[in-house]
Amino acid sequence: MNDELLRMTGITKRFAGVTALDSVDFALRAGECHSLVGENGAGKSTLIKVMSGAYTRDAGEIFVEGKSVNFRSPEDAQSAGVVAVYQEVNLLLFRTVAENIYLGREPRRFGMIDWKRMNADAKAILDRLGLDINPRATLGTLNIALRQMVAIARGVSFNAKVVVLDEPTSSLTDREVGILYDVIRRLKAEGVGIVYISHRFDELYAVCDRVTVLRDGKYVATRDLKDLDRLDLVCLMLGKQREELERKGATAFDHSAAPVEVEPLMSATNLKRGRHLNNVSVEVGRGEIVGMAGLLGSGRTETARAIFGADNIESGSIELEGKRLKISEPNNAIDAGIAFLSEDRKAEGIIPELSVRENLTLAALPALTNMGVVSRAKQTEIVNNFMQRLGIKASSSEQKIRELSGGNQQKVLLARWLCKNPKFLILDEPTRGIDIGAKGEIQNLINELAAQGLGVLMISSELEELVEGSSRVVVMRDGTRAAELRGNQISQANIIHAMAHGEEKQESGVRSQESE
Amino acid sequence: MQATTTIKRTNTSTIRQRISDAAPTYGALAALVLLLVFNSLFTTNFFAANNVINILLQVATTVLVAIGMTLVIATRGIDLSVGSVMAIASAIAATQLPRGVGVAMLLALLAALMVGTFNGWLISTFDIQPIIVTLALLITGRGIAQVINNGQLVSFANPTFEYFGKGYIGFIPVPVVVMLLVVAAAIFVMRMTAFGRYIVATGGNEAAARLAGVRTNRTKIAVYAISGMLAGLAGLIQTARIGASDAGTIGQYIELDAIAAVVVGGTPLTGGRATIIGTLIGALIMAVITTSFNMLNYPYSWSLVLKAAIILVAVYIQRPKVA
Repeated sequence: MNDELLRMTGITKRFAGVTALDSVDFALRAGECHSLVGENGAGKSTLIKVMSGAYTRDAGEIFVEGKSVNFRSPEDAQSAGVVAVYQEVNLLLFRTVAENIYLGREPRRFGMIDWKRMNADAKAILDRLGLDINPRATLGTLNIALRQMVAIARGVSFNAKVVVLDEPTSSLTDREVGILYDVIRRLKAEGVGIVYISHRFDELYAVCDRVTVLRDGKYVATRDLKDLDRLDLVCLMLGKQREELERKGATAFDHSAAPVEVEPLMSATNLKRGRHLNNVSVEVGRGEIVGMAGLLGSGRTETARAIFGADNIESGSIELEGKRLKISEPNNAIDAGIAFLSEDRKAEGIIPELSVRENLTLAALPALTNMGVVSRAKQTEIVNNFMQRLGIKASSSEQKIRELSGGNQQKVLLARWLCKNPKFLILDEPTRGIDIGAKGEIQNLINELAAQGLGVLMISSELEELVEGSSRVVVMRDGTRAAELRGNQISQANIIHAMAHGEEKQESGVRSQESE
Repeated sequence: MQATTTIKRTNTSTIRQRISDAAPTYGALAALVLLLVFNSLFTTNFFAANNVINILLQVATTVLVAIGMTLVIATRGIDLSVGSVMAIASAIAATQLPRGVGVAMLLALLAALMVGTFNGWLISTFDIQPIIVTLALLITGRGIAQVINNGQLVSFANPTFEYFGKGYIGFIPVPVVVMLLVVAAAIFVMRMTAFGRYIVATGGNEAAARLAGVRTNRTKIAVYAISGMLAGLAGLIQTARIGASDAGTIGQYIELDAIAAVVVGGTPLTGGRATIIGTLIGALIMAVITTSFNMLNYPYSWSLVLKAAIILVAVYIQRPKVA
């Protein structure tokens, strides 16, 4: 183990009582690219922030080349050779490449910046990484991929032994990813260790040697990627045993009553948005609950946002009740009868300083106003009605929504849409982070609404919820629609297969399931 | 059964809720009352009718501007251009008076509205920081106004126009009447209309508001447009009162007084909340301090120090509490 660059043992980190990392271990060898994976809340970003000095740990030890270290700041970590390059590149667009690489530690001569040396040094580093970039070029004139490479070059220029790349490909095109791979290979050849965070399996298998899986802030496993097939990796991430994939009865959904023949309601065709969505099509029928599965970053939420007009798509069409919709902003979709419950309650759902009443009626205001004046009576009626129907627990309708529990906030947000009587409802992780009781209530409500003819697209990371709640399940992978499962095909095993391999290999997955 | 308990709980906590919501505004009100009590004890003639009306008159233009500023700040923005917009409106009104008072005032308000709309358009459509956009207009706007005035003081004698600055309705000066009408209208908008709700929703969480169907860009354009128009109105009143348009000085630093009134009144700079009454109180606090220092023959410079202290205290009270 003398080629070990970095070792972290028993790393624990808490935020205001919440444990983000619970005794996590991690080790990085020289010359390896080591992937760090996990779903939402797994603790990946906390771990790399502890690693690179942005956070201080509450417990555990960190060794760099066998020596115990104690980083108090990113600068500490940098001088020890541990450098993180983040997704959002923090560089100065109007300065040159060389200035960006040496920002804050420009080589000096007689107290003045030694431009000649700085440009020469920058050139040397860029050459080392195989990048043909002029160090005197203004950064803003380079494309995003090259800017990102400059960010990596800046990282490397600290004599980095460990380079952390946090979702380095999220804003790159397929071709640009090739440049990144070359840089990574060169660094590996020099003995630099790379920690690589990405949601895309294809990338992990293309450049990484080992993978460490985290789940809910805990260490799960470290494996050689060449000995680990995709299915096993997904199982590790989701915490499922390969053998125990068939389970039933954990949610409030009743699967038996799924309609067989459905009237078409909403169809989205060939949605395309960069690398996030690649010709994705989804149809949902009247009264149907269609599940959408996929790992983080697979294009689930992106599909929902595209349908709702929250993100602009490059191409594709959306039809509702046979009519093609022109959607460029969420309010267009809302006017057409589409509703969208975002996965990020705090950032995209609640308006914290406003009351339950004001939050609940926000989307319905156009229908509650006469000449711009809100009707107090209609408003009170809706608020009382839905607070009672959904069992929203608040001290009053005037209580600020931020003071409510997660489950009650979610109910208010659901009521925000239901009071508009939408035709088609998109739910993104409708039960994430809320207590069991509220969860069952919300699941029951979704069922009830579907029975009344509402079409629902339900995105969820909880496979039980998808298996029991949906009449069909669309599985997303790397921005494409990987598979669609119907009827008996809907099982946790098949969903996981499709998440890991997509359509083509799913057949073998189904077969192996049958042979067991 | 469940419903009754809910309703029972409603009333008691509503009151508590309202109090905690309005704490900064009540703080400002308490400060104002304290100042008034102090003055009633130590300043002779402070409560003489003409002094009170004088204070209201002094504060009228600032309040007009500050109300627009309140709406802008509630969306998490800021409008530094108000003083220059006053100058533009003033210059247009003064130079266009020969065409008739109505036309001149209409053109002036229209120009002010356009400048505000332009601010909002740049801020929302191009996502440029409000402070930068309106700073640019603060600088160019006064230049434009001076060009309109040919760089000179334009004086006029037009009783109809001057009525808006010097006239009285009963014993109340016209500017004070205009101010009170605008205050009432703004309270109505914020309490009763969907637009008022959209303003605080946009400031409270823009992403969430947009996903709830709020046209956040349109809302932002509208508040800057309103701010511009109210600044224009303030410019007209000021010009009518002086009987001349001095584009170089009119409305200078009014953005600072307006922002101070808003902040002291209890509208946080972080947006998402707005209190019109608070802004009125905030502006009054500032004016009462100036007046009482004057009447007590304390040096003016010390009134500035006291104002600064009040602003700091107000901001400290409003600082976001860590959950």
